[in-house]
Amino acid sequence: MSANPEAVLNAELDIETVRADFPILHQEVNGRTLAYLDNAASAQRPRQVIDAVSHYYSSDHANVHRGVHTLSQRATDAFEGARAKVRRFINAGSDKEIVWTRGTTEAINLVAQSWGRTHLGEGDEVLITWLEHHANIVPWQIVCEQTGARLVVTPMDDTGQIRLDEFERLLGPKTRMVALGHVSNALGTVNPVRDVVAMAKARDVPVLLDGAQAVPHMAVDVQDLDCDFYAFSGHKMFGPTGIGVLYGRESMLAEMPPWQGGGDMILAVSFDGTVYNELPWKFEAGTPNIAGAVGLGAAVDYLDGIGMSNIANREASLLAHATRVLEEVPGLRIIGTAPGKAAVISFILEGIHPHDIGTIVDHEGIAIRTGHHCAMPIMEHFGVPATARASFAFYNTEEEADRLAQALLKVREMFA
Amino acid sequence: MDLNDLYRDVIVDHNRSPRNFRQIEPPRREADGFNPLCGDKLHVYLRISDDRIEDAAFEGSGCAISVASASMMTEFLKGKTEAEALDLFERMHELLTGEEADLDELASLGKLAALSGVRQYPTRVKCASLCWHTMKSALASGDAVSTE
Repeated sequence: MSANPEAVLNAELDIETVRADFPILHQEVNGRTLAYLDNAASAQRPRQVIDAVSHYYSSDHANVHRGVHTLSQRATDAFEGARAKVRRFINAGSDKEIVWTRGTTEAINLVAQSWGRTHLGEGDEVLITWLEHHANIVPWQIVCEQTGARLVVTPMDDTGQIRLDEFERLLGPKTRMVALGHVSNALGTVNPVRDVVAMAKARDVPVLLDGAQAVPHMAVDVQDLDCDFYAFSGHKMFGPTGIGVLYGRESMLAEMPPWQGGGDMILAVSFDGTVYNELPWKFEAGTPNIAGAVGLGAAVDYLDGIGMSNIANREASLLAHATRVLEEVPGLRIIGTAPGKAAVISFILEGIHPHDIGTIVDHEGIAIRTGHHCAMPIMEHFGVPATARASFAFYNTEEEADRLAQALLKVREMFA
Repeated sequence: MDLNDLYRDVIVDHNRSPRNFRQIEPPRREADGFNPLCGDKLHVYLRISDDRIEDAAFEGSGCAISVASASMMTEFLKGKTEAEALDLFERMHELLTGEEADLDELASLGKLAALSGVRQYPTRVKCASLCWHTMKSALASGDAVSTE
């Protein structure tokens, strides 16, 4: 992990200072101070990120990797500088291993198509888990349909943890790829990715981790995890929307064909053939989301400044508090009770549909997500059509969790 | 916005005790409705005899707005002709999405007028309209419909 001296010194996180960095939090919604508890869907941006994007457009914008002029050079420096920041943030071995994408979804689709179509065949298996977000299910279903491979799903138990014994059993001679979430978006479960990677490595099976819900909340070191691919999104880690990252082990990326063709991903083009660009640009056809990358670089600087261990500690105590106060609400059942959880609480209220809960707490200024959270198989497992989900970030407070619990009492009153 | 405009007593009541929450034995017309956004699933049954809706019923799960809308719909449809039911579909669409409610129109809709508060909650319009789309599809005995 990138050791930022400032972060090491900063033993405790000052909540008021941190909240002051997020302009959007300081507003009223339906006459009440906004309590934003929908961070797993999309987090908010600190002023530092907004300013970085604004500064880029105000001062430095031109196309990257193309011009000899000054602005093009500045844009390229900012764009590639952001890549280096991300590389350091997740401790990848080289900038060549950091591919910009539109987000986690595009990163997984890139691997499914580029790697999958050249490595999967009839009867091969892709092993995923029951806990996946649709973004780590559907791209594999598509490539399975294209290649004749088969999607195999590791079941989970009733606390929302994957069954490691089942995983080991399903990891067979035909398994060509293992893909799973680092942290479940719907339940918050932190998956035992080290065990999974170790088991897969013992059989020489590559592993893709969907890190969309992990990167914003804990220190991630891709070399330590020893995974082959790691996908995540800017907007969940306090950066812009429309930018994300695929980390790929250099040896894997090097032998994968380009996914999309166009400008920037080539060295030379003639009608007889094309010489592809080097890594990582081989996978970055067309003018990229330069401002998004710059903003994501600023988000990385911001998180480094606070320190990921401070963030993890802060969120662990928020989760403990919120779990305690929500459990006191009569008729409330928490879905997903794994011992290792990120600060996500999925719940149902007896006899009341989550959609109604969402509307009523919104009236109290509280933003939560309701629905299937793009994880319909999880809902099916627990026999519920949907849940309500409160998901916390380091800028949330215990008082906001208390307000949610109070609002849920009102919900019950309304439907009593 | 007042929450009580959305969750009026009659809506809370129909959600708690949905009317005509059952199947209708064949001969019948039926259709499935699904709102993928919130997972609401409804199944609407109609028995039509001499061009009149003799019986209307539904099953499924959904939020208070979608269950109450379906419950009130089945009550209102009984005795209506197919043409009247289709006209009612259009009027409900106008009630849920239109600019302003006409007082005479509200009066003629009876209990269904309670759903007029939904228009202030754009994210909930699909909840209230799901059963109406499903009913229209059942009239045509079409395939499953989706509000997405």
